[in-house]
Amino acid sequence: MTSTQRTGQQPRRLPPQPGEVIDRDRTLQFLWNGRRLSGYEGDSIISALAAAGEQVFSRSFKYHRLRGILSATMHDPHCMLQVDDEPNVRAAHRLLREGMGVTSQNTWPSLHLDLKAVTQLGGRFLAPGFYYKTFMWPRRLWPTYEKVLRQFVHAGRVDQSARGERYEKRYAHTDVLVAGGGPAGMAAALAAAQAGARVMLVEEEHQLGGHLRWANSAGAAELADQVRKAEGIHVLTNATVAARYDGNWCAVIQREPAPGEPERILKTRTGSLVVAAGLIERPYIFSGNDLPGVMLSSAARRLIALHAVAPGERAVVLTANPEGDAAVAHLERAGIEVARVVDARTGGNVRRARGRKTLQQVELTDGTRIEADLLVTATGWTAPTALLNMSGAAPEYVPQAARFLSSAQPQAGVYSTGGLVGDGDAEQLHQHGAAVGIQAAQHALRKRRAAVAATPTGVPATENESPSSPGPVAPLPVPEHPELFRSTTHGMVDFSEDVTSRDLESAVREGYESSELVKRYTTVTMGPTQGKFELVNALAVIASTTGKTIAETGATTWRPMYTSVTLGALAGRNYDPVRYSELQPWHASHGAVPLVAGQWIRPEHYGDPVAEVKAVRRGVGIIDVTPIGKLDLRGPDVPKLLNQLYVNKWSRLAIGRVRYGVMCAEDGVVFDDGVTARLGEEHYVMSTTSSGAGAVWEWVEEWLQTMHPDWQVHVTPVTTAYTSINVAGPHSRRLVSRLTEGVDLSAEEFGYMRVRTGRVAGVDESILWRIGFTGELSYEIHVPASYGLHVWEALLSAGEDLGVTPFGVEAQRVLRLEKGHLIVGQDTDGLTKAYSAGLDWAVKLDKPDFAGKPELVWQHEQGSGHRLVAIQPVDPGVVPEEAAQVLFPTGRIGGRITSSRYSPTLNRSICLGQVERALSDPGTVLDIRLADGRIVQGTVMPQLAHVDPEGTRLNNDTGPEAPERWADPVARGSVPAPGPKTSIAGWEVSTEQSMAPLTLADVTPLVKISVRAAPDGVTADRMPAAFGQARPWGDRLLVVGSGPGEWMVLAEPGERAAALNELSEILQDAEELTSIVDLTHGRALFQLSGESAAELLAAVCAIDLADDMVPDGAALRTNVAGVVTDLIRHDEEGGRRRYLLHCERSSGRYLHATLLDAGRSHGVAETGYPASGSVIRR
Amino acid sequence: MMQLPCPWCGPRNVTEFRHHGPHSPRPEVEPASVEQWHRYLYLQENPCGPVEERWYHSAGCRRFISITRDTYTNATQPGEHP
Repeated sequence: MTSTQRTGQQPRRLPPQPGEVIDRDRTLQFLWNGRRLSGYEGDSIISALAAAGEQVFSRSFKYHRLRGILSATMHDPHCMLQVDDEPNVRAAHRLLREGMGVTSQNTWPSLHLDLKAVTQLGGRFLAPGFYYKTFMWPRRLWPTYEKVLRQFVHAGRVDQSARGERYEKRYAHTDVLVAGGGPAGMAAALAAAQAGARVMLVEEEHQLGGHLRWANSAGAAELADQVRKAEGIHVLTNATVAARYDGNWCAVIQREPAPGEPERILKTRTGSLVVAAGLIERPYIFSGNDLPGVMLSSAARRLIALHAVAPGERAVVLTANPEGDAAVAHLERAGIEVARVVDARTGGNVRRARGRKTLQQVELTDGTRIEADLLVTATGWTAPTALLNMSGAAPEYVPQAARFLSSAQPQAGVYSTGGLVGDGDAEQLHQHGAAVGIQAAQHALRKRRAAVAATPTGVPATENESPSSPGPVAPLPVPEHPELFRSTTHGMVDFSEDVTSRDLESAVREGYESSELVKRYTTVTMGPTQGKFELVNALAVIASTTGKTIAETGATTWRPMYTSVTLGALAGRNYDPVRYSELQPWHASHGAVPLVAGQWIRPEHYGDPVAEVKAVRRGVGIIDVTPIGKLDLRGPDVPKLLNQLYVNKWSRLAIGRVRYGVMCAEDGVVFDDGVTARLGEEHYVMSTTSSGAGAVWEWVEEWLQTMHPDWQVHVTPVTTAYTSINVAGPHSRRLVSRLTEGVDLSAEEFGYMRVRTGRVAGVDESILWRIGFTGELSYEIHVPASYGLHVWEALLSAGEDLGVTPFGVEAQRVLRLEKGHLIVGQDTDGLTKAYSAGLDWAVKLDKPDFAGKPELVWQHEQGSGHRLVAIQPVDPGVVPEEAAQVLFPTGRIGGRITSSRYSPTLNRSICLGQVERALSDPGTVLDIRLADGRIVQGTVMPQLAHVDPEGTRLNNDTGPEAPERWADPVARGSVPAPGPKTSIAGWEVSTEQSMAPLTLADVTPLVKISVRAAPDGVTADRMPAAFGQARPWGDRLLVVGSGPGEWMVLAEPGERAAALNELSEILQDAEELTSIVDLTHGRALFQLSGESAAELLAAVCAIDLADDMVPDGAALRTNVAGVVTDLIRHDEEGGRRRYLLHCERSSGRYLHATLLDAGRSHGVAETGYPASGSVIRR
Repeated sequence: MMQLPCPWCGPRNVTEFRHHGPHSPRPEVEPASVEQWHRYLYLQENPCGPVEERWYHSAGCRRFISITRDTYTNATQPGEHP
């Protein structure tokens, strides 16, 4: 080695090479197994180690054989190292950093003295299937085996004390996604961008260029430069397109995208996918082919060209192709002695490699032995067709080329170029790539134009017209390559799993003839390399053993992900919406134990549920029942709808009345229940169970839209437009009357199952229902949600002398169980038909039709199914578990306990249960099997109610009291206002103003009026905005076309009357059903302003927010962080980007917190209420 | 991830929709026989190929829409029913 400069620290470093990627002015120090070494900026960990003269980096999985460089790429199975606290680092890819602590893995006590390497001696006994066969029997010894085997696990150390890392996911949208930044990929990207497409070019390595970097570094640099300068190409290096799913939905894995973020997944929707993954060089099978010093020709050339590292001192080159020939020249140019070139095309071949720790001698098949420390092989290629296979393609093995080739396009929008389709010189590759790029761009732009045209918010762009016909793509020549897989000896096939060609032969001989079975039996291709190096070799060995061709043997399946991905990146940030009532902060600060009920967080109790029950029975209690579903129904045909959906009758519900109803699905199973009130001639409010609110709404819409589009009904969900408070107990009338104006609360005027509207604690438009889930005199008060806290606190203060007590969900459950009221989903399940839920009285089979009728007729005739009954254990102190079995005397199971509690009112245990008809007669004594196996007796009661079966408590006729004066109500936004506060039109808002470039403000106080009408009627014609648009209406209103036949009118706080006036003016004599519902209190509304607003939203929203899809003045509804959210682009005066987002009010806190968190990396700041008028005005 | 061509909103991710199964009209209650109801409620053809399905765009326009989907390729196009 005369011409190489050898420094003491980096003995293998070569003089400067053209195109090298290291910066010799920046030396980095690092530790290798405790030893201090140095490298250069731009080095990979492995290239720095190789420069320092290291040849051995790891030990293999099964036999603990010493391993050096194989491919010197990210996928090199021998170069997985521990870096500080991070195991399994792809060290031939990871860039060196100052101060890194690098250690080898899977070695004990050290890399060079490895005790586990004794398994090498016993290698014969570690035949395929060894684990399956050896460690199965006797079964009781498995825990011992497991402990021993664990010592052999091939992996690094995980630092248990490591602090958490942050992983994000983002959505991305592009027209053309190019996987691979080699010559063909770059040409495709350039041509596609030229044709007007948005292009994302993803390269696995740190530089663009692919194999040109060592074959023609000047050419690589020039192309890369063109790509960087081209408009419309977004280049991601150190990233991989790891998966492709339906609709060209691709997982792009970005490594180290931001400081402190190890990996990120970009969920990318692309119009076209161009797969230009290049080729992976294939190892050759011979004895000793895994000795350190035996490497691929591309590895040797990479080391020399990119990192200026001599891969060895004296080389033998086995070549079967021009790339191998070029490697010979390359080695010689770098001053490395080439002792022998073995040309496989003329019959030369390597029999085995010998060496104690590293390569020392190469033996050829003609018997020649050559001393060498480097054996370079160039015997063919594996085509990484993974993304094409995931797209439905089946690339075929072409014997003439000795590799798989992708001939046909798998489906519209998926293309391939470069080495996957053929060979060629740089010019041919460039031409092919460019032609494919134009095709891909044209397909994507056609698709995009169609999408823009199909999207109500879309504005077709006039530019971006692609050139006319691209013409057919001239195919790349199919290469001629000898089929070379294995020499006359056996050697390693799968380097990461230690599977040899002998193992594969023996597996076939044992009867595993299919490649898929051999794979599972021997674990070939199942290691970290996932077939990238070993797939074709494995197929070739299997084929030659079975006597079939490789094409007949067939490849195993390539599945996502193509490359290794951290679990953190896959998990990403978790978006799990939670919902809160306006009162939840009050509950939390008053000792409430939180209860997770679906998405809702509710108070289970405030410390003593028994006391809460007693307070309700003896005095008065209040409970927050906001989660109860509420649907506002308007129109002349509401009674038809109610008759269709409920099993009972609804035709004669008078105004001011409330009725309980039960809904069944079409299979007769009880699906929801609740009370519905008639507020006006054509105005009803339906209540549903808390968990069923969404499903009932969908059910109602389904009937209206698909089965009875002729019915005139509008449905508006108003669940969280109101804060709902149930006031229950003998003193409830006294308490409510102290706050209520405009409603006569006397027993005669406001009887049971009646509804009234009035003013409560100064809050207008409150709705009061007299209903009784608890069995006590009670009023359910629904107040506009922004005033919820005001009214709750007013009730507590007005009822102090009455001992008013807040109670939680647990007390309510006890109270309703005492009264015998069932809970759908608790006392019923997915099989409980109406007659099994004790609802015989409600089902009216004489109605001509209702949902579930035919099945209920059937159940009625058969008399089948369980019966819901009240049960009291004979021993009043025993409280059976819920779901305890009810038994016949024979021991046969005859039902189960559905609800069970200790009743503080009766001082005994009480239950509801579903039992077979034969056990359901009152007085029947049942056996109940407890969880611990004991059997206790219970008695079936004559009716479901345990307490007050006659309902006398409802006859409470306490007189109402005179209303007191209340302080002016305060309305509050959907999140706590930060900093100093002021009042705007009765709303408490923050005056804090942030100057940050990206801000989030709670603008819930804006008036929000929902308008519903036919999508194509008179109203639709008259409204100033069409579906998908947000348009100013005068200078005080903004009209949003939020759905087909659905609008939202926004106005500054206090402008409600003005908005309603404008509406009534244009909508008078419209002569069609038009509903106007004030949702000011039902929606949380936020303003997100700043140029990077769309980038923030890309973390939480899958919609492409590009200017042609969602321009200024666009409105749409979609999922934002898991919450259904209306998104309005309403840029500010001066053009600053701004979005208004609104969702159900109860989701507001969650959405607000999530946007602030997702926007951390964009520097988003919370700000107070914006300057007056600035939200509506632009 | 599949996209569905919502006739109102344009192409959207399938996660915005709820699947309501193949299009199957509800029989009239009165003349319908028990067998007809049984078929309507419990029996599905489940063919390999194009099926006209009903989807609810719950996170979008909130309209019930009809989509013809090939159950083999997942290729979709607007359905014939409203």
